[in-house]
Amino acid sequence: MAKPKVAFYWCASCGGCEEAVVDLNEDILKVVEVVDIALWPVALDFKKKHVEAWKPGEVTVAFINGAVRTSEQEEWVKLLRSKCPMVIAFGSCAHLGGIPGLSNGTTRERTLAAKYFESPTVDNPTRLLPQRLTQVNGYALELPEFSASVRCLNQVIEVDYYLPGCPPTPEWIMEACRMIITGHLPAKGSVIGLEKSLCDECPRKESKPEVLKISAFRRVADSTPDPEKCFLAEGYICMGPATRSGCGERCIRGNMPCRGCFGPPTESLDIGTKFLSAIGSLLDADTEEKSAELAATLVDPLGTFYRFSLPSSILKNRLG
Amino acid sequence: MSDAKFEPKIVGFLCQWCSYTGADLAGTSRLQYPPTLRTIRVMCSGRVDPTFVVKAFAEGADGVLIAGCHPGDCHYNEGNYRAMRRYPLLLELLDQFGIERERVRLEWVSASEGEKFAGVVNDMTARIKALGPLNWKERSALYSGVA
Repeated sequence: MAKPKVAFYWCASCGGCEEAVVDLNEDILKVVEVVDIALWPVALDFKKKHVEAWKPGEVTVAFINGAVRTSEQEEWVKLLRSKCPMVIAFGSCAHLGGIPGLSNGTTRERTLAAKYFESPTVDNPTRLLPQRLTQVNGYALELPEFSASVRCLNQVIEVDYYLPGCPPTPEWIMEACRMIITGHLPAKGSVIGLEKSLCDECPRKESKPEVLKISAFRRVADSTPDPEKCFLAEGYICMGPATRSGCGERCIRGNMPCRGCFGPPTESLDIGTKFLSAIGSLLDADTEEKSAELAATLVDPLGTFYRFSLPSSILKNRLG
Repeated sequence: MSDAKFEPKIVGFLCQWCSYTGADLAGTSRLQYPPTLRTIRVMCSGRVDPTFVVKAFAEGADGVLIAGCHPGDCHYNEGNYRAMRRYPLLLELLDQFGIERERVRLEWVSASEGEKFAGVVNDMTARIKALGPLNWKERSALYSGVA
């Protein structure tokens, strides 16, 4: 039997997900023993026409990382969907919107202004912006459209499975490959991870006090957390209570609080408001004034609570 | 933005022990307040997950009222304190989404405060009328499909 073919594609992403595939180290040899890579723009040279020439079903699985922001990305993921019987959203950006999705906390215009006019490393006196169409020496050059919002993959095409994480861990990537090869697949739409919240697996959970109270918020930029204590008990924002477990708690073991890259567990509708609900009730405040005072010291709640998941949240983006 | 004919849709999460009874009293006392409020009875203001609030906005509400027992009067001792602690953080978050603070209100209404309840609904309705409709789905790029 011929080896099944797989495709890797990237959209609005940082390249970290590609790095995660490379991080399989020797295990990548096990992967290529059983599958052929039919498309992988970061490592191998393929053109769109090659993909267009695929027979439907010829390539079994498309692993797509990155969020969708441009018309080119939209075209590519729709093309891959039309060719591949299985599409896996690979990593936080494809799964939930990810870091690029934070751009939904502002408008398209503000995003472009920050990038092309206001960035301290940009010198743009004529306030040039990329144009859809440009004429150069009689040739028309075309750039993809930059859309109003960032979307996660299932807001553009149907997605069969999700591999969460920023980036997904080698263990879960191998598990996904094993599932595909053996045909032991979970229900369609499943997130390949665990179901409980991260706190349940946390190596520091024994240090969580009986009654947890937060009297001041602290940030890892300003102070170093105790390497053994529960982050929340010390006032560091740790997204553990609202985040799906299964990541191997690498951040926690590296003395960094959870930022929520695995997204919410299946039953949770919105990671940000769920986390707000949890942390809000922990504030050490018995008056409305004290609650407001403490809340005002939390820097950027939207960016903190929805660091990896703004486009997939209930509200999805900011109003103009 | 404001439209003379605009009747705001306000979702009211009322704690069953105090505020729901207070709303009942407003009714039996024949106090007038506009039919803008869609009441949802909950066991406690502490049960009002902020997820309910954003869901209400995403589904078309123009305002959300959370009403519970006065601090110290909670049937479950401290449920309303949880509501009180979450509320300012929720306001900060909604502010970042572009939702005006006047659209979400936390009020303490006891079972004997029918008059206060009617006053809160009257005042909230007037303030939201002045703000105009939220129309989240129509105005949000991702919902309206222009993304």
